[in-house]
Amino acid sequence: MVALIETRGLTRHFGGLRAVDGVDFALQPGEIHGLIGPNGAGKTTFVSLLSGRIPAQSGAILLGGEDITRLPAHARVRKGIAYTFQITSIFPRLTVFDNVALAIQSQGADALIAKTRAALTRVGLSGLEEQEAQTLSYGHQRLLELAMGLALNPRVLILDEPTQGLAASEIDGFKALVRGLVPATAVLLIEHNMEVVMDLGTRITVLTFGRVLATGTPAEIRANQSVQEAYLGA
Amino acid sequence: MAFGPFLLLALMEGLVTAAVLALAAAGLSLVFGVMRVVNVAHGEFYMLGAVLAWAITTMVPGPPALAFLAAAVIAPLVVAALAAAADGLILKRLNYDPEATIVATIGLLYIIQQAALSLYGPNAYPVTAPFEWRIQFPWFGYSGYKLFVVLAAGIVLLALWLFMTRTKAGLIMRATQVDRITAQTFGVNVDRVYMGTFALGAGLAALAGVLVVPISQAQYLMGHDPLLLSFIVVIIGGLGSLRGTLIAALVIGLSDGVISMFFTPTLAKILATLLVAMVLVFRPQGLFGAKV
Amino acid sequence: MRVWALHLTLLAVLFSAQFWLSPYHATNLARIMVLAVFAMGYNLAFGYTGLLSLGHALLLAAGMYAAGLPAQLWGWNAGPTFIAGVAGGALVAAALGLLALRTAGVSFMIVTLMFAQAGYLTLLYFAPVTGGDDGFAIAASSRTLMGFDLSTDTPRFLAALTIFAAGLLASLILVRSPFGRTMVAMRENEERSRMLGYNPFSVKLTALTISGLYAGAAGAAYAILFGYVGASFATIQYSILPMLYVLLGGAGTTLGPFLGALLMFALIEAATRITTAHQFIVGAALVVLILFAPKGILGTIRERWARWLP
Repeated sequence: MVALIETRGLTRHFGGLRAVDGVDFALQPGEIHGLIGPNGAGKTTFVSLLSGRIPAQSGAILLGGEDITRLPAHARVRKGIAYTFQITSIFPRLTVFDNVALAIQSQGADALIAKTRAALTRVGLSGLEEQEAQTLSYGHQRLLELAMGLALNPRVLILDEPTQGLAASEIDGFKALVRGLVPATAVLLIEHNMEVVMDLGTRITVLTFGRVLATGTPAEIRANQSVQEAYLGA
Repeated sequence: MAFGPFLLLALMEGLVTAAVLALAAAGLSLVFGVMRVVNVAHGEFYMLGAVLAWAITTMVPGPPALAFLAAAVIAPLVVAALAAAADGLILKRLNYDPEATIVATIGLLYIIQQAALSLYGPNAYPVTAPFEWRIQFPWFGYSGYKLFVVLAAGIVLLALWLFMTRTKAGLIMRATQVDRITAQTFGVNVDRVYMGTFALGAGLAALAGVLVVPISQAQYLMGHDPLLLSFIVVIIGGLGSLRGTLIAALVIGLSDGVISMFFTPTLAKILATLLVAMVLVFRPQGLFGAKV
Repeated sequence: MRVWALHLTLLAVLFSAQFWLSPYHATNLARIMVLAVFAMGYNLAFGYTGLLSLGHALLLAAGMYAAGLPAQLWGWNAGPTFIAGVAGGALVAAALGLLALRTAGVSFMIVTLMFAQAGYLTLLYFAPVTGGDDGFAIAASSRTLMGFDLSTDTPRFLAALTIFAAGLLASLILVRSPFGRTMVAMRENEERSRMLGYNPFSVKLTALTISGLYAGAAGAAYAILFGYVGASFATIQYSILPMLYVLLGGAGTTLGPFLGALLMFALIEAATRITTAHQFIVGAALVVLILFAPKGILGTIRERWARWLP
């Protein structure tokens, strides 16, 4: 089976810091893949390389077998890699409708209104269309961010710390939402909340010091001795 | 005249331009470096310096040297005070937002220019040089005052450099330049630093205006060219870098002198403005400067 | 619905103005409408896309000379002359954008300023052809369209109104279209827009080119309707004016540019009776607006009372 996203020897250094150091990684179609690791392990740099926000220094990124290493970020989005920001990044002075419509229309402008409403309904924000995005509660802003990612109709959705700052009740809704995305969309999930990762993830990759420490099912990761030493047990 | 002496004359004229330019551009560079404000009204402070020098020398009786000395002290102080007021009344209220301050200083440019036109009139007036002294070369005589301008500019710039590197006030200014927030948490009164910087920058422009007025007369539109040239110098030298500014002033001043002597001044200006635009597009840290 | 009603009402009122305004005021209104087209173009770049340019005089002059030079040298008549002007403005804007849009913010302002200054100096340098600051007059044959001399009162007013109406309605359609939403997205959050699949460079380049099209149309219209072309229209003054109009009327509103141009004209007209210091008015207006009303008149009205204003 051809991996949806594959990286080979992906590397990015900042001065002397080896943020991402020769990472081989594969994301299979239809999976929810958790990406964990201690602070500074290179998780955000790694997904920034995948999404094209930061150029790679060496190594290759393949999307469905096609080399996209040199493609600019916006072109990768059009090829189906959507990225939602760790720090909520919406258009604060535009309406909720316009925020999502911007994502929809980048795929084509037919049935714009209907599709936008559907995307909002999917995350439970219908009825707030005309509200200015900056007036939403924090939880709703996170949902809007997610709606924008989903509205891109991606093959791969990268979620960077999506549950950060959410209340327990909101997290349950979020988990149900993400489960509903597969198998149509594969999800790469960076998450600090272990409970969420272990619960959602079909497979998990652990990064430390910019390198892959282990990859496996949640049960395998829990049982892995070196992961426990480096991360969980600490 | 043979080519050699002609080139010598061009270079000397260029050196004078460079000296005046270095003073004005140092002010612009300082303001941009510390405050991140692009002061479009900078040329008007230069013009005000020249016009005030005329006003002061006509009012002060006695020998020209004394009147000129009075002008060289008073005019920059008055302009600096004006700039400090503009900072407190306008720039500070805009929170030094880069784009908003540009719009505001464009407004300031119009206001100052109109004030000069209304109060001073459209004509150009000369100011007597503080001393009459000519250096006689084998081929031509040269104004001693012009050489004095070069010397004076050099001394002022040296003093500015000593001030920035050796005094506590200079240290505070540089600290604010590097990191405004941290400086604030260490108890630096950033508002006062900014006001002082803006006043100092304007004072330097005014001093350049005072020095130039015995050479080229005072007129209300005279701020236009120095503004443009200062911009060119500051950008090519690297925004906010004092050393880069000085090197660029020399290069631009000398080449302006030479190009203007042998080609038309308009062509020289076209080339210079295009050069600046290209530098900003392709090498934003300037040709000589360190990274901003 | 009410948006269209509002815009069409304004156009109807302007149409009727030729019957109740004195010829002097009608001529001024024609001038205001032409400058408002220029300002509408500026607004598309600055108000909607967030590109604060200090070099739009270059685009106005490009339209003016692209229209004026063929008229002067080869005796083109008004139709082709106008089209050449529009194309000239758009072309120069695209070239400017290819270079200047590699920068942003303050650098973009200075780069556009410098290119415009270089353009102005180039016009002076080639004064034998361009007429320099003195400029040159457009011959009557080049001001004629379908037998009407466009620089006489009624045809001029109607021509100015036609161009203004076309510009206004086109900008209304544009800003309410998906592309208009994309332009605003660039202004509000460029990085997010990129991660929604938009190429910021090409969106901004398109917006700037459309802006240049408006500036070119205004420059060409000015040349034909007022029969004069000159380098003074390439000075920094003409880069500041559209910014002033837009700031006064309201950046990012369709009617703001016209309102700003109209009010600024009226203000200067009223002030000239008291003082000759109209530069002071321009300067003070800029400072006061940026300090106390950065959203302009219509921007403030939209925020407080009428969210539906486009």
